Amino acid sequence: MKERDLNQGRPSRIFDTANDSAPAATFSGNKALMLDEPLIFELGSSETCGVDIDAMEPVKSRLGGLERSQVIGLAGLSESETVRHYTRLSRQNYAIDLGLFPLGSCTMKHNPRLNEKMARIAGFSDIHPMQPISTVQGALELIDELAHWLKTLTGMPAVAMSPKAGAHGELCGILAIRAALEARGDAREVILVPESAHGTNPATAAFAGYRVEEIPATQGGRVDIDALAERLGPDVAGVMITNPNTCGLFEPDMRKISDLVHAAGGLVYCDGANFNAIVGRVRPGDLGIDAMHINLHKTFSTPHGGGGPGSGPVVLSEALAPYAPLPYVTQTDDFFQLVEEEQSLLSDSDTFGRMTAFHGQMGMFTRALSYIMSHGADGLKQVSEDAVLNANYILRSMDDLLDAPFGHSGPCMHEALFSDKGLADGFSTIDVSKGLIDEGYHPMTMYFPLVVHGAMLVEPTETESKDALDNFIGSFRTVVTKAKDGDKSLLSAPHFAPRARLDETAAARKPILVWNEPEATEAAE
Amino acid sequence: MVRYYTEDHEWIEVEDGNAIVGITDYAQGQLGDVVFVETPTAETIFAKGDDAAVVESVKAASDVYSPVSGEVIKGNDALAEDPALVNSDPEGEGWFFKMTLSDSTELDALMDEDAYKEFIADL
Repeated sequence: MKERDLNQGRPSRIFDTANDSAPAATFSGNKALMLDEPLIFELGSSETCGVDIDAMEPVKSRLGGLERSQVIGLAGLSESETVRHYTRLSRQNYAIDLGLFPLGSCTMKHNPRLNEKMARIAGFSDIHPMQPISTVQGALELIDELAHWLKTLTGMPAVAMSPKAGAHGELCGILAIRAALEARGDAREVILVPESAHGTNPATAAFAGYRVEEIPATQGGRVDIDALAERLGPDVAGVMITNPNTCGLFEPDMRKISDLVHAAGGLVYCDGANFNAIVGRVRPGDLGIDAMHINLHKTFSTPHGGGGPGSGPVVLSEALAPYAPLPYVTQTDDFFQLVEEEQSLLSDSDTFGRMTAFHGQMGMFTRALSYIMSHGADGLKQVSEDAVLNANYILRSMDDLLDAPFGHSGPCMHEALFSDKGLADGFSTIDVSKGLIDEGYHPMTMYFPLVVHGAMLVEPTETESKDALDNFIGSFRTVVTKAKDGDKSLLSAPHFAPRARLDETAAARKPILVWNEPEATEAAE
Repeated sequence: MVRYYTEDHEWIEVEDGNAIVGITDYAQGQLGDVVFVETPTAETIFAKGDDAAVVESVKAASDVYSPVSGEVIKGNDALAEDPALVNSDPEGEGWFFKMTLSDSTELDALMDEDAYKEFIADL
């Protein structure tokens, strides 16, 4: 780790506890730049802003006695009060623009500013889905170009661009599988989901009307192929496999799994949320996969998690391509068309229908294509290599201190998985997470995947430098050491966050979902 | 009155041909604070191993499986109001549902208390 001279140019440090003369509290509740902020309902007054309208002439109401008799009680804030309220709240948040965000499975990588610049080009940002097709040729060409890249990178013949995020993409893939099976008159009822799959997979299958059955994981953290082969049969519509899986491991027998499923008449869905680990290195089409969603907001760096919407295009095999949802872009000569209707003369498909009103997340398409083109094919290969290298650096920098249940299975992919084995009695994964907040980091994914006790899933992504990784590892090791030594201060962490540790149990058992104005409560009593 | 245990950490107590089902003390300890329980309604028919109830803690949501085949007599309504009963008294007041047994020989495949204690010691 690079040593910093903490005195040079810095007369004091944040929370300098050596300074005995510091007051315990302030009148305002603020601590300098850490500003306490009330709820918006507790701010301002509906008397102080708005528009003055003359009292209405009495008119005969036609609302049948349903007219409002009480004030609505919306906060009355001026523009500056509103801006300050949300800016103050935003300062209590953690963001990828503030620091390393090791949330496993979420791929919180840097959002390049070039993408933002491209997305703001007027021809992409100031258009409307209902404009005449001839006036949005550039936007349609962009969708077509991105589709071309996604098909090429995955080795798949078709892609549905419209799904709005990962789980939506899963649903699209499973509906395509259902349509293909129904088209051949083959009603099947079961979708198999391995233990190491994403949690959304069983939910998607159930939502699409299938019965979900679980396939166990091996000791090594991979799909138990024998158990899978044994369960396959004429009632199995398909499997949903996450590859690389949520144990952070690649499924090397994916091709064999696909062959087994196909031989039994089923189809293979792959959850592509972890595509970041293999993009440019592995083409899912070569592994026999029939459908896979691609999270543009993960692998292709578009902002997410409060920063922007997701986008989940689904690549499809020859078997599923005819059932892709509407609308989709086609090109005839030099003109791009959007196929909107099944009966359209342009349509040659047996589409299962429509997932969205329009064509998908245009803003994310622009950013993703910008990311892809600025990296190029060779750059994307390096993305996955660096993502895997960074995760393995964390795995091997921690596994002497923290139990890595699949560490013996060889290198991990893009995320490192640890268990809570070895923490002191009474200490758990959540205490490590809260300790990391005090260290200035967003915690890792915790208690997932379920196959590992007290799981901690760390995904650094490729956009972190070695210095950034070393600083994180220093903090992670410090907190884990406290948890192993039974340092009681960790049980009440975070100590330096805008809010102390929240009572999650009380919040879940007795949630307070409505804010009541204090006077109104008294008046009602 | 005999109590049996499953590898999925349910207990089942049999008396006069009917049974009470819940989750074990070990299971509640692993789940942490339970915040929500969904129990089955009367007259639901289960085959052994069917999803019978849902238990949700601050950490995770889990299915509870029917240890044997039979018909639900009633679910424990008290858990809807006070899911913490599963933590405070998992093998007593925190029971999940009562059911009839359609095939009492299914009980033979389950563990007795000593076997279950040995089973969780190895986990």
